[in-house]
Amino acid sequence: MGRVDGFIELEGVEKVFQVRRRAGLLRRERREVRAVDGIDFRVPRGEMVGYIGPNGAGKSTTIKMLTGILTPSAGRLRVAGIDPSRERTRLARRIGVVFGQRTTLWWDLPLRDSYGLVRRMYRIPDSRYRANLERCVELLDLGALLDVPVRQLSLGQRMRGDIAAALLHDPEVLYLDEPTIGLDVVSKAKVREFLRDVNAEQGTTVLLTTHDLTDIEQLCKRVMVIDHGRLVYDGGLDGLHAVGESERTLVVDLERELPPIDDVPGARPVKVEGPRQWLAFPATRSAAPIVAAVAERYPLVDLSVREPDIEEVIARMYADRSAL
Amino acid sequence: MRLYAAVAVSGFRRYATYRVATAAGVFTNTVFGFIVAYTYIALWNERPHLGGYDRSQALTFVWVSQALLGAASLIGGGFQEELQERIRSGDIAVDLYRPADLQLWWLANDLGRAAFQLLGRGVVPLAVGALAFELTLPTSALTWSFFLMSVFLGILVGFALRYLVGLCAFWMLDGSGLSLLSVLLTMFFSGLTLPLTVFPGALGDVARALPWSAMLQVPVDVLLERRHGAAGLGAALGFQALWAVVLLLAGRGLQAVATRKVVVQGG
Repeated sequence: MGRVDGFIELEGVEKVFQVRRRAGLLRRERREVRAVDGIDFRVPRGEMVGYIGPNGAGKSTTIKMLTGILTPSAGRLRVAGIDPSRERTRLARRIGVVFGQRTTLWWDLPLRDSYGLVRRMYRIPDSRYRANLERCVELLDLGALLDVPVRQLSLGQRMRGDIAAALLHDPEVLYLDEPTIGLDVVSKAKVREFLRDVNAEQGTTVLLTTHDLTDIEQLCKRVMVIDHGRLVYDGGLDGLHAVGESERTLVVDLERELPPIDDVPGARPVKVEGPRQWLAFPATRSAAPIVAAVAERYPLVDLSVREPDIEEVIARMYADRSAL
Repeated sequence: MRLYAAVAVSGFRRYATYRVATAAGVFTNTVFGFIVAYTYIALWNERPHLGGYDRSQALTFVWVSQALLGAASLIGGGFQEELQERIRSGDIAVDLYRPADLQLWWLANDLGRAAFQLLGRGVVPLAVGALAFELTLPTSALTWSFFLMSVFLGILVGFALRYLVGLCAFWMLDGSGLSLLSVLLTMFFSGLTLPLTVFPGALGDVARALPWSAMLQVPVDVLLERRHGAAGLGAALGFQALWAVVLLLAGRGLQAVATRKVVVQGG
């Protein structure tokens, strides 16, 4: 990413856990787990970045270090110029956090009461609190839910409630740890739209971890992939295809059933079904010469090009790493 | 400070939402009050002036115990299980990144709960007891206010003790054994099982010096005006305040160690 002025900066950040395991009756074995194993990245102010990786890759550990509830074992970490673990409380006023699987809301009380506590906790001035609450209520469709006890909310409603709670104090940075987990399609769409608005209008820097790659595709230009505690990719979504050696697929309909097309350079047949054939070629190459070659040699009726599936690309990336 | 006031109000309202549970609590406290009252009547008929109480004072002890059962968490309940569960599940992470002090947050929450339970679960059983039996209740408003002060200090001590127990969840995966031990110690050494003045010799002296006695024995004695005058009241309230300060400070210490453990080791 070059020398961007980082709003979030990590240099050689590591987190090593000591895990003690019972080995025999009294003997305990100590084992080191390197949850985060030397990570560098910078996120400029106002950017929305996807942070993805398989389970146990170190995503949540990174987020916990960024909020200051975990201290890095090594390396340098700054958020808005603040060392999170040293000045957790000062930083807390400037960041918002949503852990998708946990909640900051009071289970037994109406949503509104939890927001009242947030207001006191962050000492939000009245006018700003009212304006922010109004905006969240409108955009997240919370109007009818404000007086409902949180325990009666559906998962999607609760998540929207939690996201609003994280934004009432106008945080400059928002960490979202799986904000769409377990949500239905409509709720997911609503959450995404809201996040896009917040990022565009407030200039909030957003770091988003998720297992739902549609979140990333729809929200983030930049994506970082972490696996086994290391960054294995940091760049645009398109570049991921190049790194992941992903393939596009050319689907051709011929006039009649023919043997597999294996004489077009750069493409290989992957499937034949009657007169329809599927040819795979690297995602980085242009489809034009391949289409031309097929059209020249075969009786072509129709064709279409399918873009690679990002999930496959990433699945392949994870698989490659674990094979190492 | 306004934050913690708001937390206390929320703690109060949380418990206030469960009306059926409150009614069930009042019913249980009242029924138990009768059972224990008749047991005490039998006991005090056999041994009048046991522990220095006459029969009416002993019955007052019973009904005040029932009235304080919920508020002072004499048989558990309150925030401790919730704290343990949050530590076990990792939800404590949410509490830790908030710009608020963990101990004050839980204390405010628990004081709100106690205030509700004192009103919601305390007043009715005591009134029923006073109607059904001849109790020794003070007529002086001053004694009542000293009693309330003593109850407040007792609740602080109870909170501080249970906060220590709750924090142990950072080191123990299953805190249920410790919780049970804590409840048993509280039931016995607070005076809930029998007034601590009944125990003879060294056992009695030790029991009366331990912090649990601040939760019930001391407030009841203040109400019964067995601790009176500047010196008597000063000693009683001072004893409670001292334990409250010592245990709250111990809680802060343990909290610092626990937080460091989580922050450095990841729990």
